Amino acid sequence: MEFNFKKNAKNFFMVLMAIGVVTIIAGFLINPHRTWSALLVNDFYFLAIALCGTFFVAVNTIAQAGWAVGFRRVPEAMGTFILFGGIGMILIFLFGHHDLYQWTHAEYYNKFLAGTKTPNPDYDKILDGKKGFLNVPFFTIRMIAYILIWVGFTRWIRKESLAEDLDGGIKHYDKSIKIGAIYIVLFGITSSTAAWDFIMSIDAHWFSTLFGWYIFAGLFVSGLAAMCLLIIYLKSLGHYGNVNENHLHDVGKFMFAFSIFWTYLWFSQFMLYWYANLPEEVTYTKARWDHYRLLFWVNFFINFVFPFLVLMTRDAKRKIKILLIAGTAILIGHWIDVYLMVMPGTIGRDWNGFNLIEFGILAGYAGAFLFVVFTSLAKAPLIAKNHPLLKESIAHHI
Amino acid sequence: MSKKYILGVYKDDHDILVGAKKIREMGLKITNVWSPFPIHGIDPVIGIPRTRISMCSFLYGATGTTLALLMFWYMMVHDWHIDIGGKPNFALYKNLPAFIPVTFESTVLCAAHGMAITFLLRSKILPGVTASNPDPRTTDDTFIMQIEVKDTDNLEQIKSALKSTGASEVRV
Repeated sequence: MEFNFKKNAKNFFMVLMAIGVVTIIAGFLINPHRTWSALLVNDFYFLAIALCGTFFVAVNTIAQAGWAVGFRRVPEAMGTFILFGGIGMILIFLFGHHDLYQWTHAEYYNKFLAGTKTPNPDYDKILDGKKGFLNVPFFTIRMIAYILIWVGFTRWIRKESLAEDLDGGIKHYDKSIKIGAIYIVLFGITSSTAAWDFIMSIDAHWFSTLFGWYIFAGLFVSGLAAMCLLIIYLKSLGHYGNVNENHLHDVGKFMFAFSIFWTYLWFSQFMLYWYANLPEEVTYTKARWDHYRLLFWVNFFINFVFPFLVLMTRDAKRKIKILLIAGTAILIGHWIDVYLMVMPGTIGRDWNGFNLIEFGILAGYAGAFLFVVFTSLAKAPLIAKNHPLLKESIAHHI
Repeated sequence: MSKKYILGVYKDDHDILVGAKKIREMGLKITNVWSPFPIHGIDPVIGIPRTRISMCSFLYGATGTTLALLMFWYMMVHDWHIDIGGKPNFALYKNLPAFIPVTFESTVLCAAHGMAITFLLRSKILPGVTASNPDPRTTDDTFIMQIEVKDTDNLEQIKSALKSTGASEVRV
């Protein structure tokens, strides 16, 4: 059973990408600062969804979980976008770092004004102390290392999976367990440090010890929602007859559980700041509370209250329509979450509502993401037919 | 008319599933199945409706949340304002973030204990209750199915149905 990436779908995604490109060009002419921020929001959002794909495959492989084997080509295909999201991230950093990351400005690091003994009024002791970690060359090297690790392992796992289709046997499965185990360790470290680099260093004075987990929770739940919607879409085209409400029930459980997990971290971060009220910590929350209060609440309700209540019962998780609604809400909610991580740090208090630039670039990235995912779905059979646990997946019943 | 039961003793969990299906197709009522471990998918086969314990769990959880918030409201706000670290303490909602962790724990506590106790009560396996087990071997390697029969039923037919699906013993 092959997936056919139809011409009109291709054209539709091309149009979306064209909208994105036009918005980027127009944005740079009108408001380059805003455009860089919008690019970072959308690039990070789709990179996170893509990262969830590979992570999901790796986790299920090393846990020897059978239920997800039937649709494992979907998260595999999602992972192929990491390359593009990653390159986007490097380009955004290389050309837009002065607009996004305050710590890249050279004037904070000189104790004295050039050639004099006059103290530099812009000298920033905190940033100077973090110079060993936050400097442009090291940052770039780290970034390239992350992308190489993520893309390399994604391709490696997928290569084994595709070779299994041809050769059969258990050899490739055993090997992919080893690859998956190494990847989980590396991803555990890189997802955390990448979260510090890409997002936390926007507010370079501020730090949070659970930020890596917070990013990971958002990454996982938004990726699961995207995966759920892709599976439902493929089912509506008549593929995946073997993926039934039992499998969707498990995906729904994952979405439900990780929405709560995300809230747990979101609230832990918030509550400790609120309670301790330390100036260097509370700035982060205060910036969001003072100027983005509506979004702050929307973020909480759409990412916690809504999925919590909607996905609570067993019957809800087994109905495609409810999963569609909940998945869409989670995807919108986590876009707002990423938006709230980036914008208060880069735009700050000048923010006065959403801008067309953000939505134009969102359309462009959505088009690019779906184009890449559908292309790689069309390249391989939709079912890993020689996977040793495929039978277990088909018989899955809860 | 006293109730009569037939016990079908099996040695394999798959056989008892097939046997239970056959008995149900004959229009008979299976009143109980004893097994050393949960048999996947037996509930619909022997005609047990889906458990409502999730509903109970939600209700117990909601009770726990309410109780915890009531406790905080009374202790920290209503009875005596307790000022901790200068946090606002004149209304429940203003100091809510500080109460959330304990409220969460209380919700989990009530839901978990409520569910466990409900389950024990409902399945009559509270400590001190005499077990209604017809044969101690069901705690080891034997599966027993209890079938309710009326005087009009053909006992021999039921017995042969049990035997044909792999029952090792049939008792009346």
